[in-house]
Amino acid sequence: MSSALLSVRGLTTRFRTERGTVTAVDDVSFEVNSGETVAIVGESGSGKSVTALSILRLIPDPPGKIVSGEIIFDGTDLVKLDDKGIRAIRGDRIAMIFQEPMSSLNPSITVGRQIAEPVNLHRGTPWGKALERARELLSLVRIPDAATRVSAYPHQFSGGMRQRAMIAMALACEPQLIIADEPTTALDVTVQAQILDLLQDLSRKARSALILITHDLGVVARYADRVIVMYGGRVVETAPAADLYARPSHPYTRGLMASIPRLDGDTGRRLVPIEGQPPDLSALPPGCAFAPRCRQANDQCRAERPVLREIAPKHFKACFVDV
Amino acid sequence: MSETTAVMPAPAGAAASADPRPEILNVRDLKVHFPVYRGVIVQKQVATVHAVDGVSFSLRRGETLGLVGESGCGKSTTGLAILRMLEPTAGSIVFEGEDITKFDRSRMRAMRRRMQMVYQDPYGSLNPRMRVRDIIGEPLQVHGMDKDPAEYRDRIAALLAMVGLLPDMADRYPHEFSGGQRQRIGIARALALEPGLIVCDEPVSALDVSIQAQVVNVFMDLQQRMGLSYVFVAHDLAVVRHISDRIAVMYLGKIVEIASRDDLYREPLHPYTQALLAAIPVADAAVEAKRVRLVVSGEVPSALAPPSGCRFHTRCPHANERCRTEEPPLVGSGDGRAVACHLHPA
Repeated sequence: MSSALLSVRGLTTRFRTERGTVTAVDDVSFEVNSGETVAIVGESGSGKSVTALSILRLIPDPPGKIVSGEIIFDGTDLVKLDDKGIRAIRGDRIAMIFQEPMSSLNPSITVGRQIAEPVNLHRGTPWGKALERARELLSLVRIPDAATRVSAYPHQFSGGMRQRAMIAMALACEPQLIIADEPTTALDVTVQAQILDLLQDLSRKARSALILITHDLGVVARYADRVIVMYGGRVVETAPAADLYARPSHPYTRGLMASIPRLDGDTGRRLVPIEGQPPDLSALPPGCAFAPRCRQANDQCRAERPVLREIAPKHFKACFVDV
Repeated sequence: MSETTAVMPAPAGAAASADPRPEILNVRDLKVHFPVYRGVIVQKQVATVHAVDGVSFSLRRGETLGLVGESGCGKSTTGLAILRMLEPTAGSIVFEGEDITKFDRSRMRAMRRRMQMVYQDPYGSLNPRMRVRDIIGEPLQVHGMDKDPAEYRDRIAALLAMVGLLPDMADRYPHEFSGGQRQRIGIARALALEPGLIVCDEPVSALDVSIQAQVVNVFMDLQQRMGLSYVFVAHDLAVVRHISDRIAVMYLGKIVEIASRDDLYREPLHPYTQALLAAIPVADAAVEAKRVRLVVSGEVPSALAPPSGCRFHTRCPHANERCRTEEPPLVGSGDGRAVACHLHPA
């Protein structure tokens, strides 16, 4: 029996669209342990965000639906929970941080009240005490002058401060799992470093697990313990971070690493792009989703769908070709 | 406000003149200020945003200058002002030997054949109701270069081929293309009039990682073939490093450091450049595990009320009393690099 905090098995999430049914997340399985930072990396349409929303059961139904699989969180299958059951977990034991802090904060309610709300809601803490906790949390996320900032409105905060407030809100009930979906994409790089350092520092101290969803391979290299690479709604490779960068194995992962310029790389090197276009989820090929763009693809790749296999300890890839 | 104008020495230094390529663009003390008004019926100017506040640099034929910095630093405004798509408040822009800030509308219009722009948003910058052939051909039509139908058709096909698209794509509409392909269409349009200079404003930042390299390679191949000069405005320092010969780092409307690509990344001199480079993670877990981390605190202050003295002093770990009161000029060190910092006297 696995002791993982979160165990996602065979998760499949579909959306009905004008162009037919789209499988945004297709038979995805992975585990996350307490205290661990796991990055889910992929480009637009890879299914990384829909995976996160599925875990929190935030898929709008209709048009979306989790059609199969289970999401075992600390012994409970979240897929089977009713609305009341999932609401009791969301914001309490699992917290989410979104990309756009401005659209995730209510502009007409003070920051302090918004941070205090989950404390009041989930823990039954009276409002006075909950606001006191909000002030503590604001200073924990290093917002200067927290005592007065607690009664400020979101528009009075800068972008970086709003994202700090979101982190404070996420930490309010000491969650076991924090899911951060591109938490710093909208921020400047110097602020990005501050926010991600803070997020990792605080989640480590609280022994919370952190799922970091990003397209940035630099952010993954700096913060992740383990990496899940997604393409076309599927997991194509997963490995401990050090191992993934030392030995990227799936042709898509290798292609990504060859296509990005590096801050410390060889400047004379010509970038090797991944040819072709990102996959159209409504018209995926029958075999490997990456086959149309893969230089090594063979007939088997085009006809049959590869499953994850272990190629080194804890290093899996879904690919027929050995590189 | 005291006018401690940042004067960069004319690039007549030994190393600078070693580059035999002719100068195509010379920007001196460029300023772009935006008035801020308040009031509904009677509008009163209540403040001024110093978006670009005394910026100087030059560019040679076939060269790429990267303009980098965080939001509000004035890099995009500088790019737009070079083409006079925003009116400069002060300063000169000498392009191919003529100061275009003095040009009237018709002369400016003629000059735009030689200077073009590629935009960030490949969705917003192409007219959805126009076919690709008309999007690319519009500049030719505007300048009366569409008179011979056969030649015009060949020209469109050649432009599409140049950016790696197929000639039969000319009849399609923008929505039929992916982001990377649309950006190629934008580049083809910019190339239509055979310009000498292209200002690229975050041209790959809206694209997926796997597609960025395709477009970066298109830019670099075209430069080799056509001797184009680029001003490449971007926030991604890894992309800028890859494509640029020289790089200017901007902060709150000023250039704080300008240097050759290798100098800047090997040995950044300005504390802001150092902080910026340190903040960016390298896509390699083994490198990141060993890296010494220097995280600068705070965020970029408002351009409405920039800090006194050195504009970076509020976030600089080394700032002293002089930094808080006296603005450091951009001083060249003779080897083509210049830095605006009291702690780095030339």
